[in-house]
Amino acid sequence: MSVLTGSFNAGDHSVTDAARRRRFGPIYSRNVRAVVARGLMATKSSNWMVMVSGFFEPVLYLISMGVGLGAIVGSVQGPGGQEISYAAYIAPALLAVSAMNGAVYDSTWNVFFKMNFAKLYQGMLYTSLGPLDVAMGEIFLALLRGAMYATGFTAVMGVMGLITTPWAILMIPASVLIAFGFASFGMGITSFMKTFQQMDWINFVMLPMFLFSATFYPLSVYPQSIQWFIQAMPLWHGVELLRQISVGVFTPATAVHVGYYLIMIALGVLLTTSRLRKLFLK
Amino acid sequence: MTRKAELTKKAELTKPIQAAGTTTAAPALRAHSPEVSAARARRWGAFFYAEQVLRVMKGYGWTIVMYGVGQPVAYLFAMGVGLATLVEANGAGEFGGVSYLTFIAPALLISSAVMTAANEFTFPVMDGFKWRRVYYGPHASPLTPEQIAGGQIIAVTVRFLLQSAIYFAVVALFGASPGAWGWVSILIATLAGLSFGLPLMAYAATIKEDRGQFAMVMRFIVMPLFLFSGTFFPLDTLPLSVRWIGWISPIWHGTELGRVVAYGYEEEPWLTIVHVFFLLGLAAAGWVLTKRQFAKRMAS
Amino acid sequence: MRVSELASKESRVTNHSDATPQYVITAENLTKRYGDVTAVDSISFRVPAGEAFGLLGPNGAGKSTTMKMIGGVSQRTSGSLHIMGLDPEQHGPEVRAHLGVVPQQDNLDEELKVRDNLLVYGRYFGLPMSYLKPKADELLEFAQLTDKAKSKVDALSGGMKRRLTIARSLINEPRILLLDEPTTGLDPQARHILWDRLFRLKEQGVTLILTTHYMDEAEQLCDRLIVVDKGKIMAEGSPASLIREYSTREVLELRFGSERNASIGAELEGIGERLETLPDRVLIYAHDGEAALEQVTARGLRPVTSLVRRSSLEDVFLRLTGRSLVD
Ligand SMILES: Nc1ncnc2c1ncn2[C@@H]1O[C@H](COP(=O)(O)OP(=O)(O)OP(=O)(O)O)[C@@H](O)[C@H]1O
Ligand SMILES: [Mg+2]
Repeated sequence: MSVLTGSFNAGDHSVTDAARRRRFGPIYSRNVRAVVARGLMATKSSNWMVMVSGFFEPVLYLISMGVGLGAIVGSVQGPGGQEISYAAYIAPALLAVSAMNGAVYDSTWNVFFKMNFAKLYQGMLYTSLGPLDVAMGEIFLALLRGAMYATGFTAVMGVMGLITTPWAILMIPASVLIAFGFASFGMGITSFMKTFQQMDWINFVMLPMFLFSATFYPLSVYPQSIQWFIQAMPLWHGVELLRQISVGVFTPATAVHVGYYLIMIALGVLLTTSRLRKLFLK
Repeated sequence: MTRKAELTKKAELTKPIQAAGTTTAAPALRAHSPEVSAARARRWGAFFYAEQVLRVMKGYGWTIVMYGVGQPVAYLFAMGVGLATLVEANGAGEFGGVSYLTFIAPALLISSAVMTAANEFTFPVMDGFKWRRVYYGPHASPLTPEQIAGGQIIAVTVRFLLQSAIYFAVVALFGASPGAWGWVSILIATLAGLSFGLPLMAYAATIKEDRGQFAMVMRFIVMPLFLFSGTFFPLDTLPLSVRWIGWISPIWHGTELGRVVAYGYEEEPWLTIVHVFFLLGLAAAGWVLTKRQFAKRMAS
Repeated sequence: MRVSELASKESRVTNHSDATPQYVITAENLTKRYGDVTAVDSISFRVPAGEAFGLLGPNGAGKSTTMKMIGGVSQRTSGSLHIMGLDPEQHGPEVRAHLGVVPQQDNLDEELKVRDNLLVYGRYFGLPMSYLKPKADELLEFAQLTDKAKSKVDALSGGMKRRLTIARSLINEPRILLLDEPTTGLDPQARHILWDRLFRLKEQGVTLILTTHYMDEAEQLCDRLIVVDKGKIMAEGSPASLIREYSTREVLELRFGSERNASIGAELEGIGERLETLPDRVLIYAHDGEAALEQVTARGLRPVTSLVRRSSLEDVFLRLTGRSLVD
């Protein structure tokens, strides 16, 4: 290094040299900030309506199913055995679904598109950024967006009179936890994908998960074996966790749900980091 | 569940060109004198182009089956079987004496066709005029803009018919279409798809710059229509403040018609006639606007 | 042979003294395979600090692939590669902190405006805004994009995008500049502005790694170059030494019309040292071009046009990588 930096650079280039003398890891340059800043800047100049619209989907479901179907269904049994309105029953589930959808979208389609079509990451990775900086930055942005949507949705629940306990505010961090679980895995899975047809399979896993994870009706309608299967799926834990928080009823199962996500995040981060070179460096 | 569909479609289109566009009328040109091929194109041009579009569609045939059939069938199971236990326990009388499964089966058929329309009449049009400009290849041949638009519509209509038929077969297998005229709902779904899709196609042809308009259409038009068109519950259960969405929704008109043919849903005869005319009128208006817009855009 | 010999000596040097490597880039038996395709086939070379080093070769020779491996964005199949003593696969961020890269295909950030592209790119290197703002303005000036600073990248012409990509590569004042066909798509004026900048950078000791299909550009800019074909090094040396080694002093270019060029070869047999038949013309390599032309006319052959010129790098390129019919 001394060959390069020592002789030619007198004081006036010290800024660029200082940037080169930072401590670097093999796939990490401690500069996630730059990736996040880029993401925010790009969002600012993009069509913010598209961004805002992402928040409407769960709200529309809530109004349609909660109000329309709720008029027919009446009340159902909540997590603590108490009777709650159908809207209050599905609202936390819709929030969990929205956290899943947003996180998966951002960590799979978005990443795949920026990698293979927009060629955005190619540019980034010709700088001193490492793949880990890029991955962490993208996940952070996804979670930030998820937190905003969750806040908005929780507010809508409040306006609709579906919130009865201060515990409900915890739905926001819990949504971020759920989103993190899905995002950390999603990016790792994307590293195995080569074509858009393969990417479609992600949807075909998510749609049934959305429909069958006790989102719109209790798990008890299924035979035992199917119940076990669904209980093994991540979304069910998210739905149950948020449902418990929304009414402030906590049981040992709460810890299981949180634990499920903590393990999912750990495994997902492990998978993604081990696949980062495959994902970003060809 | 919709925004991924959009991206897929977009991606399909941004993929390297697979013999799209440029080859359309070439075989005819080679085989006949220019006069003959011009005459043929005048007559069959739309079908030449439709064949082209269908060929491209075949490339993502698997995706079509999953979105066009897999998605409504998944909803049918989740709602018609799972949710039905809740709904029927409390409000069995609400659905005109039929099972909840029978009640939602036509709605999902129509919704699925409309969602397909929302994809097939947006991104490919943008692709034709802007992204890869695939419309301009055939346009250099004797095909007219109207024929290109017509060809695209014919191809998508074929897709409507096919996916609706497969879905209907599944429904019939579950005995959720008790009436003898149930199969007519395949045609109704196709009509509903066109009545939503053709005005949208005319709009898509006016777009010069992609600023996420189609994502907006999906979220602010298609999603509300899907959720507020009496799909999962009778429209009357909704308060008036949102019930009007159903009245202007091709999904609602199509769904009500579908229910009439599928299980003899009882409604005023004049209402049935309104449904038919609403759908036909919208489709016809959309076709006129599309033709005009295609001609204008290609001339400019 | 010579190259690999040097390379093995070099490896001993680097092994013993990691701290002060003599060469900025050392590649040994560097290989990259994509499935069955061997894009880079066991090449070895080294580049001392401050050199302008060129990679020439026909399409698909493996130049861009080599550049990508140097940048640490493509993983090699085998062999070793060191940039300032560091393996770019193990120390990607650290290596790239020293690099400026102009990839063959622009990969600008289409979601950001022109000036923001430079600022954000600088942030990726961990540079402070107080440095980046004036630097970005200076680079926009250099790229003649000052009045486009607030435009979207989308709205730039092809050549303007290229200029922005070049400007972007300089944002961190790189010590090594990788330029993959930098001037493709540039107008002559922009090309000269770039050449001028590159000369200045070289004076400041920046190492340049350059690929180009413009032989005049390579001849002017490169101290030394390698000619690669099908992933292998065909020759190595300074432009002048390569011309001396692989070509004659002068070249006689003859055109006989498109039908006859191919068949005339036999009739030109024996004139000059070597004959190269191209689709559009025949080249006769000779020490004295005028004398060769006299011989041609003496044989009663009447070319449509004839031209005598000095040998250039293009002749070396054709000789080494051309699919010559004669030879
Ligand atoms: N991502 C890839 N996947 C598969 N093959 C590749 C890939 N990139 C390059 N190749 C192949 O590797 C070989 C070398 O390609 P490379 O881009 O290095 O050539 P090049 O010398 O830069 O050519 P050009 O002058 O056209 O830019 C070619 O045969 C190419 O087809
Ligand atoms: Mg190249």
